[in-house]
Amino acid sequence: MMISARAYGDNGKMKEYHYTGPVEHKFSPYAFNGGTVLAVAGEDFALVASDTRLSEGYSIHSRDSPKCYKLTDTTVIGCSGFHGDCLTLTKIIEARLKMYKHSNNKSMTSGAIAAMLSTILYGKRFFPYYVYNIIGGLDEEGRGAVYSFDPVGSYQRDTYKAGGSASAMLQPLLDNQIGFKNMENVEQLPLTLEKAVQLVKDVFISAAERDVYTGDALKICIITKEGIREEIVPLRKD
Amino acid sequence: MALQNVCDLHNPPLFPQWSAPLSRSFMPEDSTHLSGGGIHGEAFSTRLPGRGSLSPLEFYMPIAEYLTESPINFGQTSLSSAPTKLLEIDHLHPSLPSISLPPPTPFPVSPSVPLPFTLSHGTTTLGFAFQGGVIAAADTRSSCSGLVACPASPKVLPIHSHLVGTTSGTSADCALWKRILARELRLYQLRHRRRLSTGGAAKLLSHMLHPFKGTELCVAATLCGWDGDDEKHEQPITEKHANTPTNQMTASNSSGQSAASGASATCGPRVIYVCSDGLRLQGELFSVGSGSPYAYSILDSSVYWGMSVQEATEVAREAVYRATYRDAYSGNNVDLYHVTAKGWRRRERENLKEEYYREKERERRVIAY
Repeated sequence: MMISARAYGDNGKMKEYHYTGPVEHKFSPYAFNGGTVLAVAGEDFALVASDTRLSEGYSIHSRDSPKCYKLTDTTVIGCSGFHGDCLTLTKIIEARLKMYKHSNNKSMTSGAIAAMLSTILYGKRFFPYYVYNIIGGLDEEGRGAVYSFDPVGSYQRDTYKAGGSASAMLQPLLDNQIGFKNMENVEQLPLTLEKAVQLVKDVFISAAERDVYTGDALKICIITKEGIREEIVPLRKD
Repeated sequence: MALQNVCDLHNPPLFPQWSAPLSRSFMPEDSTHLSGGGIHGEAFSTRLPGRGSLSPLEFYMPIAEYLTESPINFGQTSLSSAPTKLLEIDHLHPSLPSISLPPPTPFPVSPSVPLPFTLSHGTTTLGFAFQGGVIAAADTRSSCSGLVACPASPKVLPIHSHLVGTTSGTSADCALWKRILARELRLYQLRHRRRLSTGGAAKLLSHMLHPFKGTELCVAATLCGWDGDDEKHEQPITEKHANTPTNQMTASNSSGQSAASGASATCGPRVIYVCSDGLRLQGELFSVGSGSPYAYSILDSSVYWGMSVQEATEVAREAVYRATYRDAYSGNNVDLYHVTAKGWRRRERENLKEEYYREKERERRVIAY
């Protein structure tokens, strides 16, 4: 049941629970369902990982609601934020992909999907989809590509990006470990698939420790030219 | 069609009709359609929603009915009445410039539905013109109420070969509107066989943003470009006032072409500021964003018309650096573009962290002596 009163603060966390006087509750069409998504691009692979917890306020709705959605053989999208908008948005993207496939007789490339998603999101500029999207996939040359979005459609191509409730905790760690930021005299080795998968697992285990909306299980989609492989790793359930 | 309704698509794809022969798809009521490859200015036929039958030579162009309706009423029209309006306007005003909006909202979202998230804001961008062209520079930090959403976002976007635009405000709005502007400029170029001037592009952008005045759209762009004279036929005199004094005319004209047309010079560097509030200003020097006061202090003291390219680059870089030094919402790297008669050239993105340490080192050495 969606509790949509404005007792929630701006980022979905509950406000103080003491009585301060009469409070007007307005209907809010948005809710915050938590969850964290992460994507990493390598030389010839891409990873999209998400936790599987669906929460709202103090409750957990589901422990098995992954936030990665497979779009094509080379592209996976991770959506976190308001689950209702995530579902509708992925339905719309899948419909547009089908239309493109039928008209043009080929699948959309990752870059094309990213550009299309940007216009879909901006189409609702004045009543946005409350979804933080990250697309991970392979570009036309087979190199890994990550595209990160804001809720109204601004996007750019990155090497790595974390989105969702624990993004502020994960992004600095990725900046340091993958981007080698703020480290002096360090040998910058290219990221291998095994190292990337291990890093993603470690990073989510840490996020589950400190973020209440992240936990239960981790689902990693590994995209290589052979196809898309999935791995499930358990996380803290408390 | 059901699928397209789900996706809210108002534009049926044209490609199913590519194989149809030209004559079969003429619409009888369309009198403005030009056969063959007519180019100059006239509006081509509009699309009829739901019919989707257009021949390949009929360029799809939604008509900008917002130009005839009062902006106060914008957003009050329901989706069902929009298609009929499109048909009327086409016959009344065939020469309207055709601009397409993002799909119109059936009702404006009232301010009482606050968004649960904030959009990216905060920046330092600048643009100025001098004898060697135009310099456009910006920082690369994209912040979102205290969190750095992206430390490497491009804020200077090339629009076409001789025009770049700096962006400030909501990054999604800036990116999308620049994209729409680039498309419209390209269409103009194809139809009229010449590039639209910077002033024309600024006017176009300003008119496209006008219906959204009063909404939360926030775009503050500085269009920096070089107006060329590559066509040998007479250029139309620009309507806006030329603020630049005559000695700058002679300095900036590389060829004698515009001297022949009399009045204001129609080629040379141009910097024009366009804002979603409706402001459109031509000038020689603009800085936009939360870090602009700091940038202005450097620019006002160091920019003069006769400076060299080297000096101009140095000053622009220094101005952005000083702004990032003092403004919390600006930082990370500097992007610098230089526009000349040959087009724009991008300087390597520079990380300001190095500059900060170099300066500390210089200070330390000065104090030591």
